[in-house]
Amino acid sequence: MLEYIHKIREIAADLLEKKEVEMVIGFRKGTVPMMNEPTFVNRPEDITALAWDSHCGINLANYLPNRKERIAIIAKGCDSRNIVTHIIENKIQREQLVIIGVPCKGMVDRQLIMNRSEGEVLKALEDDDNIIVRGHGFEKRFRKTEVLQKNCEICIHRNPILYDKLVADKVEEKADMDRYEDIRPIETMDPKEKLDFFDKILESCIRCYACRNACPLCYCPTCFVDEHRPQWVGKSQDSTDIRIFHFLRAYHCAGRCTDCGACERACPVGIPVRLLTKKLEKDCLELFQWEAGMTIDIRPPLDTYKPGDSDNFIK
Amino acid sequence: MAPVMKFIRIDKENWERDLQKLRRSFRLIGPVKADQDCLFKTLGEGEFPDFNFLNTRLSLKSLVLPQSENMFEYSLDQSREDCHILKEVKRNPTQCVVFGIRPCDAFAFLLVKPNFDTPEHEDPYWKQAYGAITLVGLACDTPCSTCFCTSAGCGPYHEEGLDVLLVPADDHYLAKAITEKGKHLLKAVDWDTETAPGVAEKEIEARRLAAEKRITSFISTDHLKEKVTIDLYDAPFWEDVAFSCINCGICTYVCPTCWCFDIQDETRGKSGRRMRNWDSCMYPLFTLHASGHNPRGMKIQRVRQRFMHKLKYYVDKYNNGIQCVGCGRCIRLCPVNIDIRRVGELMNNYKPIA
Repeated sequence: MLEYIHKIREIAADLLEKKEVEMVIGFRKGTVPMMNEPTFVNRPEDITALAWDSHCGINLANYLPNRKERIAIIAKGCDSRNIVTHIIENKIQREQLVIIGVPCKGMVDRQLIMNRSEGEVLKALEDDDNIIVRGHGFEKRFRKTEVLQKNCEICIHRNPILYDKLVADKVEEKADMDRYEDIRPIETMDPKEKLDFFDKILESCIRCYACRNACPLCYCPTCFVDEHRPQWVGKSQDSTDIRIFHFLRAYHCAGRCTDCGACERACPVGIPVRLLTKKLEKDCLELFQWEAGMTIDIRPPLDTYKPGDSDNFIK
Repeated sequence: MAPVMKFIRIDKENWERDLQKLRRSFRLIGPVKADQDCLFKTLGEGEFPDFNFLNTRLSLKSLVLPQSENMFEYSLDQSREDCHILKEVKRNPTQCVVFGIRPCDAFAFLLVKPNFDTPEHEDPYWKQAYGAITLVGLACDTPCSTCFCTSAGCGPYHEEGLDVLLVPADDHYLAKAITEKGKHLLKAVDWDTETAPGVAEKEIEARRLAAEKRITSFISTDHLKEKVTIDLYDAPFWEDVAFSCINCGICTYVCPTCWCFDIQDETRGKSGRRMRNWDSCMYPLFTLHASGHNPRGMKIQRVRQRFMHKLKYYVDKYNNGIQCVGCGRCIRLCPVNIDIRRVGELMNNYKPIA
């Protein structure tokens, strides 16, 4: 995946030189190991600022809503599905975009690597299959497949769905993947157990809203938790308010979430936020045979009504 | 001449016994291993501070400025005599001792103090809580690569803000009382074995210098003061700095020197409370006026505000360095890798095009 960068730069520089786009949205090398920063380049001579490796987990579709320029954007499978969702929801126009598709082999989980290292990671290198980290007095090698972000581990759409250019041949998609192994045990809990379970996972929440703000779907001009006339949700560390924020946010993402993992990746306290969104993703799949972001031609199920829609929840 | 503070030797074999003794009159707080890393919490019976940790994700500011704090209670029940009267919530902060706070986090309390405790203004909540804690700081021999305390007016053995500096040695600790409070604490545990004059001082001095050398990351601040505020404000680099920002509150919430809060009333049935909660300049709501106008309605304005506040407005107002202790938490936890060192560099080196 490292070699992608040559092609990314070549395509991006060409688009800028021919003035087909005004800016290219991608990543630049981070200032700390295993991090890259979303950035834009608008001059061909700055193209070498763009970087690509296994630490590009942030969903770049988050940087598109309401932009007016003609934009080239680098998109992994998940990013491209969120771009599709943005197009459907009118947050960006298809004509504005040149999508530089990246067949993705998965992004690695920085926190997991840090937890499994014997000290602070000071340098991280990678080859096709491995991440090698070094710190004071240690060097450790991880197979990428062992340290993928949880959502990447179960990803079945690694190739971009919608793209104009592709930086490499498509990668093989994983088949026969059980995407909901972690959801089923929660589904079988009784209401009290569920409440306790959710309170437990949310107990360390500091309401920084990083999960919401890292999410490409959360572009509301004013989020319901920020509404203040009237104010819907309390601002304290009250567990009910915290629950309402997380649950309602998850519901707002139903039928739109691509399980890109941005929320979980951004959380500074390690809350498994995806457990909430994935249940709704599972419901959408089972009730409407729907996966978000697979086509710009069909509106998502919670946005439309069809006479045949499942109604067996009415008892 | 002020008397030279002596170093006290505390044998590690007696450590737990001594802490046990202290527990009778103080709440003890210290770092303990959690799922992913260490966090500070009240040490229960049989729990002792674990000094083998890198900087914690959250600072200790919530000890003095809790994320949510009740200030007043009130009743809306018209049949009651005290209906509609705000009554202060009784607070009786327990005296507590924090073991293992890093010098940077302790120093941070002094940077926020001018907002809560000055001859003109006093915030009783902050002041009481701050007054009730004794800070026993752990000399920092294991900084992170993102630590830049030595260029932020602080350092791994920095004493300002601590009551006691604790330096771990092989089979013992060396403790130095910095304040009266610190002296009182050492006395309360009968920690009084003075080291031979001069010896410990020399050793600590050498360790301090070695620890400072381990800090290999810096922030540039030397030209900030002379910069023209409006030039920095109008600088073109903010667009680049702000691009990746998602306007979450992580940097402000994990920062030991960010102290902004919002006051809210919450009513349930006929009773209610007035409380304050952490707030963040990264949130659009932070500056929204009642008129609907928002002077910092755009992301770029909010990002600029955070850095200008820490690295320019504070510098100009207090002439006391930057409003940052170099703990590096915002760098480590920013989900999109915005790095205050990089922004400091841009600001410090900025030359407006004439």
